[in-house]
Amino acid sequence: MTELVLLKNAADPDAPDIAVYEKSGGYEGLRKVLREYTPDEAVETVKSANLRGRGGAGFPTGVKWSFVPKDSGKPHYLCCNADEGEPGTFKDRLLMERDPHQLIEGMVIAAYAVGCKTAYLYIRGEYGLSVQMCEKAIGEAYAQGYLGENILGSSHSLDIHIHKGAGAYICGEETALLESIEGKRGQPKLKPPFPAVAGLYECPTVVNNVETLACLPHLFLRGVDWFTSIGPEGSPGPKLFGISGQVKRPGVYELPMGLELGEMLEEHGGGALNGAFKAAIPGGVSAPMFPQAEFDVRMDFNSLAAAGSMLGSAGVIGLDETASIPRVARRITEFFSHESCGKCTPCREGLTWAAKILRRIEAGDGAPGDVEQLEMLCGGIFGKSFCALGDGAAWALGAALKHFRHEFDALIGPQARTG
Amino acid sequence: MTASHSTAAIRDALADRVQEVTARYPTARSAIMPALELAQEEFGPLDGNAYQAIAGLLDVPEIWVFEVASFYTLFDRAGKGTYHLQLCTNVSCMLRGAEEMLTRLEQRLGVPAGGTTADGVFTLSRVECIGACDKAPAMMVNADYYEDLTPKTLDALLDSLSAGAEDVA
Repeated sequence: MTELVLLKNAADPDAPDIAVYEKSGGYEGLRKVLREYTPDEAVETVKSANLRGRGGAGFPTGVKWSFVPKDSGKPHYLCCNADEGEPGTFKDRLLMERDPHQLIEGMVIAAYAVGCKTAYLYIRGEYGLSVQMCEKAIGEAYAQGYLGENILGSSHSLDIHIHKGAGAYICGEETALLESIEGKRGQPKLKPPFPAVAGLYECPTVVNNVETLACLPHLFLRGVDWFTSIGPEGSPGPKLFGISGQVKRPGVYELPMGLELGEMLEEHGGGALNGAFKAAIPGGVSAPMFPQAEFDVRMDFNSLAAAGSMLGSAGVIGLDETASIPRVARRITEFFSHESCGKCTPCREGLTWAAKILRRIEAGDGAPGDVEQLEMLCGGIFGKSFCALGDGAAWALGAALKHFRHEFDALIGPQARTG
Repeated sequence: MTASHSTAAIRDALADRVQEVTARYPTARSAIMPALELAQEEFGPLDGNAYQAIAGLLDVPEIWVFEVASFYTLFDRAGKGTYHLQLCTNVSCMLRGAEEMLTRLEQRLGVPAGGTTADGVFTLSRVECIGACDKAPAMMVNADYYEDLTPKTLDALLDSLSAGAEDVA
């Protein structure tokens, strides 16, 4: 059985209490970092551990940190992205509700490494309990000297403020998140400049996901060799997977990366709810689905990318033989259409149009050429929208059309197959 | 739903708390979202008086406040019933019967998604993923989560909420 690292305290209802957290080894990682590492050494350590971002993009965290300039003369900011909204994803909620100090400790370590004195924890507005638990944990951390001036007698000082989102999926995109903290509509900004150079308030800024930051105390306490011993080459470290949809045992599972998709769904997810699986989405609804025939794909960053999908937020959604793929594709496309921020035309107009066609097909009013029209729209959105929202939407729909064309054709009628 | 409050009343009631949240940020503009949340909590649906009050407290143009209030779905400008039912219908919930739950809710309440019952007790909304995918189908009632819904538990929940609303009235 896998040793639980990120979830080791999750079953203990008292873990959110700082004394209980400390007893489990909590804040020892931070002590070690402040005692034994310079900020540059801390950055190098995270780089050599190849900790990759757990929010969706999988970018190497240490590399991201190393882009922060040393001599900008401006304050540096750390923002924790807790705007978890990718459908099928519910791991960060668990981390914040059950073990908030693990996240706070990770934030203090990250802030030390990138020379930041003010951090914002951006939590989606729906996560009321997460806000409450993190607020309490932050208060306790100040009282125990883990936050505030001269943390544990060092020269490192940090304040953490919670900024609550208000129901916009797009704010999980890092530049939109920064706009939101600045008090604006959450619309992505053109990169470059990247946030590391000109982010929050035009200052150097690092944006990291909850789970990414939660890995840090363990990484520093137990070392790079331990960290890279978990999971395959290129995808090291502890990892959470949210398994949901038509499976018998939905839940958050801590597993090494590199397991086969089928194994994850059968052995951990408990198998299909009805009969056998038809398909699965590996990393939140932006990630292209796999048909059952491809369930031998390995669940790590590089294998999934090579197979034409992505690990994304590691929200694994099982679809069994009773699932209608056109219906799932319609729902996914409606979601992206609803959450499009409206800034760029391909995403805003293309997704509205695609959702309309998909509703028509599902209602039995599809016309010959509709599938080709959808493919044309995917091509017009992918790579041509302002941010990854449009890309993800087109990518996900494209995979449904590619693998399950026959289900769309069957709804449209016989003339579609000849036309 | 609450009656409109004057700009001055909102400003006076929120002044201290808005000042407190503003101190967390280097610019006053950043406090627009928390200020809107405070106004909504205390005075209900947001309107022009609320935007004006917040703009005055933060010394920012009123349009900055309005453009934020109109972008984020959790800021309520229309007014909601006593109980705001927010049913997730995204993929993981849909695969577990959320769209059937929606039909059931629409039938029982007699309003379509987006509507409020004539007595002002329930507003029904279909929402996107609320991060409860392992306990699908899931719904929020105001700020509380209700998970692993079945037709039976959904009916029981509506009954108890209706009874509660009668007690309040």
